[in-house]
Amino acid sequence: MSIFTIPSSEVLIQGILSGILMGFVYALIAAGLSLIFGLMEIVNFAHGEFLMLSMYTTFWAYALFALDPLLSVPLSAGVLFLLGWLTYRGIIRRILGGPMLAQIFATFGLGIFLRAAAQFLWTPDFRQVSKAWVQGPVRILGVSVGLPQAVASVACLAAFGMLYWFITRTETGFALEATAQDRQAAALMGINTERMFALGWGIGAACVGVAGAFLANFFYVFPHVGSLFALIAYVTVALGGFGSIPGSLVAGVIIGVIEVLGGLLIAPAFKYVAVFVLYLVVVLVRPQGLFGKF
Amino acid sequence: MACLEVQGITKRFGGLVANHNISFAVRRGEILGLIGPNGAGKSTLFDVITGYYRPEAGEVRFDNHRLVGRRPDQVNRLGIGRTFQKLRPFNAMTVLENVMVAAMQHRADPLAARGEALRYLEFVELADKRDSFARDLSTGQRKRLELARAMATRPRLLLLDEVTGGVDQRTIPTLLQLIGRLREQGLTLVVIEHNMRVIMSISDRIVALHLGEVIADGPPSEVVKERRLIEAYLGDTFVVPSGGARASGDGLRGAGEGRA
Amino acid sequence: MPPGEGVEVADAGAGVVAPPSARTGWGTIFLAILLVAALAFPWVFRLPYHRDLVIRVFLYAMLAQAWNILAGYCGQISLGHAVFFGTGAYTSAVLQTTWGWNPWLGLLAGVPVAVALSQVIGYPCFRLRGHYFAIATIAIGEIVQTLAINWEFIGGARGLTLPFQKDSLLAFQFHTSKYPYYYVALVLLVLCLLVSWWIERTRLGYYFRAIREDPEAAQSVGIPVARYKLIAMAISAAFVSAGGSFYAQYVLYLDPDSVLPLSLSILICLLAVVGGVGTLWGPLVGAALLIPLSEFTRIQFGGTGRAVDLLIYGGLLTTVAVFQPAGLVGLLRR
Repeated sequence: MSIFTIPSSEVLIQGILSGILMGFVYALIAAGLSLIFGLMEIVNFAHGEFLMLSMYTTFWAYALFALDPLLSVPLSAGVLFLLGWLTYRGIIRRILGGPMLAQIFATFGLGIFLRAAAQFLWTPDFRQVSKAWVQGPVRILGVSVGLPQAVASVACLAAFGMLYWFITRTETGFALEATAQDRQAAALMGINTERMFALGWGIGAACVGVAGAFLANFFYVFPHVGSLFALIAYVTVALGGFGSIPGSLVAGVIIGVIEVLGGLLIAPAFKYVAVFVLYLVVVLVRPQGLFGKF
Repeated sequence: MACLEVQGITKRFGGLVANHNISFAVRRGEILGLIGPNGAGKSTLFDVITGYYRPEAGEVRFDNHRLVGRRPDQVNRLGIGRTFQKLRPFNAMTVLENVMVAAMQHRADPLAARGEALRYLEFVELADKRDSFARDLSTGQRKRLELARAMATRPRLLLLDEVTGGVDQRTIPTLLQLIGRLREQGLTLVVIEHNMRVIMSISDRIVALHLGEVIADGPPSEVVKERRLIEAYLGDTFVVPSGGARASGDGLRGAGEGRA
Repeated sequence: MPPGEGVEVADAGAGVVAPPSARTGWGTIFLAILLVAALAFPWVFRLPYHRDLVIRVFLYAMLAQAWNILAGYCGQISLGHAVFFGTGAYTSAVLQTTWGWNPWLGLLAGVPVAVALSQVIGYPCFRLRGHYFAIATIAIGEIVQTLAINWEFIGGARGLTLPFQKDSLLAFQFHTSKYPYYYVALVLLVLCLLVSWWIERTRLGYYFRAIREDPEAAQSVGIPVARYKLIAMAISAAFVSAGGSFYAQYVLYLDPDSVLPLSLSILICLLAVVGGVGTLWGPLVGAALLIPLSEFTRIQFGGTGRAVDLLIYGGLLTTVAVFQPAGLVGLLRR
């Protein structure tokens, strides 16, 4: 007897396609995390809660001002940019170079706080954008997938491309990269590293601002929604290599596909187990991840 | 008789060859100076000897023990102590605790380890700082702390990385005196040092590395004449900064007194 | 406070160097009073509610202290300690319900199982540093929880209900008089504190702290780092497992959501960090303040308390990490 179930090839293709689509969303979320880590070797353990807040921003814009999630993207990105910037100025700046414990638990505490705040203010209820512009299925390559998923995926890939372009092709991007490489040297070159760090946090958070707005189109919004995405984001970043932006894209897609295959081949309950096991195997064989530097 | 034998060590990092087929021997009781410009592979070699890096080729023998493949703690327990180029004291522990931890290898009881640690602290003249946190010490003090910590494991061979680097000129004589006294106690030393005057005066023998290879091996008086070494260094460290010349001179005298 | 001063987590350890004589006198008297108060408490406050609250303070203080041995002393930040709690809870419960083992034997049996598991997890994961280790432990926690949910033999998502038995010390059940639960929890806590106290005073504690400060430098003075990390993990897992077994026997019901969730792992760390990581009394102080706080908010705000306790926990955790890494105990020492 096998624990594996063999799905039909049609189901398999559909699964892999939707895995790839979700992978682009994961990639953008992970890119934000990776950018911050590359800059200052700090993991934002409140990343999932940032995502949750961006989804709530989108939801409330819809519920209160009838703003479609697609129109909320700039709003959500802006709010999250501000949140990231403030997090750096208020918290992170003070623990740079501090002990590992402080670095981990400062953002961990923030995550717990934000989640609890959301529950306090907006109750644990599941909320949903009910009449979005994009809904229903669409056929891609002969298989049917949700239109909101497809839109989120393409948009996140586009945002990812813009992020990559920004980092590798613009003056500010060079300054960010220089700060990531060597803080002191960057400072000597006249780069305001303090500003770069805050900017890194702003952009890192804005990434989930974009992803969250599109996710709100087809995902329930509730205080704990970020936890699962955050776990996947940590795994994605570690798999791709902390600090490697292209690594996030490859790892995001791998994880999106593994998640679906784990669900199809083993059992739906085990899809995340497959992801976590893959993560453990990779970091134990190659601790720096697929694209890590050291 | 050879105490430590480095035999054909090659260590690569990706495409970079940090050590290429390096061989030399260290005799029991001598001070061997290891010199070479930045990036010559000196610290890498220390890391290979003490088990932090595994070389692609070659072997290191210490008193008939093969060292390659052993972990750093095992190498230390065989009798090799070391300091680090980039200082690594246990920052949030006191000076005394830093040395106690090392002394505990032979004296598990904290009280006994404490007594022994104090002796090493007195030896490096840090006993009055025993209750300070290691992170609060000056660079020179931390160098001495690392020395005391390495000695507390009772090594027969000490590898000292950059004895005077980053230390202010007035402290150098103290450090050199310490090295002289270590040799008196029968220790064998391998010393990496950038200050040419210092290294030439304290070493019995010099091994020079350049781009990962041995380019000279012999007594200081002969090694300085080696053409390849002069080329490697030309315009670099041989130009002793004028401000430091006099102080270094004091250092030499200090070391001489220590040895007498 | 300038950011540079954040490096103070370990300051509390400085007290350790003081020769034992410095600790006698007032300290001993205070400890004696504390112990007498703990022993007398259930006879003075006779409401079950109070007793239950203090039992949970003891239990969580013990768990936090056990975590502290690994994370505070030895510097290995595990965010998956619920795994060992669940191991203890499930081992004793399954042995009892399936094979009719005595609960006390079940508690003892859970310890070696959890220790073995801790070595299996630690052996590969200790090669990972800092964040990577922390994230790996989260991943393992999630894997174990999912496996437990889907493992029918141990009750799956439904969980296990332990049989209701007549009160007796042997059966580990004391429904009419809850005092014995109280004392069992107290004994576990005191045992854990004694072991920590002993660790701080022996070579083990010095080696742990050296490893926390700088594993490479620790190796250079002959410390087999991997072995000592595993020792710290084993001691830590043993106590957490015993706590899990106690919990199962106390509540008589367990499921993956109550004994294996990430939130439990986080709560364990949180109490220790807020109280004072790497110190002997920090975890107890943290538990003594935060567990009742959680009860209080639940009464004030009803139901789940609208997560007010978590709001405060999270705020405190960040504040402590940023401004006072030595925790509340560090604040008292000033």
